[in-house]
Amino acid sequence: MSEQIKKFLYLNRRAPYGTIYAWESLEVVLIGAAFDQKVSLAFVDDGVFEIVKGQDTSESGFKNFSPTYAALGDYDVNQLFVEKESLEERGLSIDDLMHLTWEDEDEDWAEKDSIRVVSRSELSEIMADQDVVFSF
Amino acid sequence: MKLSIQINEGPYQHQASDSAYMFTKAALEKGHEIFRVFFYHDGVGNGTRLTTPPQDDRNIVNRWADLADEYKLDMVVCVAAAQRRGIVDEGEAERNKKDATNIQPQFRISGLGQLIEAAVQSERLVVFGD
Repeated sequence: MSEQIKKFLYLNRRAPYGTIYAWESLEVVLIGAAFDQKVSLAFVDDGVFEIVKGQDTSESGFKNFSPTYAALGDYDVNQLFVEKESLEERGLSIDDLMHLTWEDEDEDWAEKDSIRVVSRSELSEIMADQDVVFSF
Repeated sequence: MKLSIQINEGPYQHQASDSAYMFTKAALEKGHEIFRVFFYHDGVGNGTRLTTPPQDDRNIVNRWADLADEYKLDMVVCVAAAQRRGIVDEGEAERNKKDATNIQPQFRISGLGQLIEAAVQSERLVVFGD
């Protein structure tokens, strides 16, 4: 749709269900995937809860949209940065997160991990390297 | 510089729309180009013509509308966010069988692709919200 390719980072800062930011952020990611830009996601602060595994919203009446994250790989969205300090501050580790993967067509569709845990300082470098940061 | 503006909060509850308005107006007065103003999340509430603030307060919706008239601004309300929150134009009213519309005419309802396009086409996307 556009000949210009930019680096897009979607910065997810909020828990998944207390507000609608997380879900509407994901809607932007899915629409944006059609635009052939270089896309990555970052999860910081309470945003790390968005990709915690075993989410159950049945008693709250909210739509459980967490399965959508597993589909991101099919949209060529396969760079998910999770801030290490944010996990630790909340007593979480990578084992508490969903196992999100993508298939690399350049390597005979080998399954690869989408999530990469990075430090706060690494993430600030990643953010500085972007053309566009969508903050949700 | 070519800029686009994203507004993520509704009027009055939150300063985001006020700050975005002042930023946009100042940028235009300095000769910068505003490619698009995109309203997302509760920001879609900035696009209803039915707001009636007290007369001694600013009218946030009309203020945007006047700025759009003066500078031919492209002000887009996200359709998915608008449907959730009841911001309706004639097309949406017909499509979703609603008995009324409430969009302020200087705004238009369109898809999230308009936000992505704005980010691609502009030198900076400036986001206002929490």
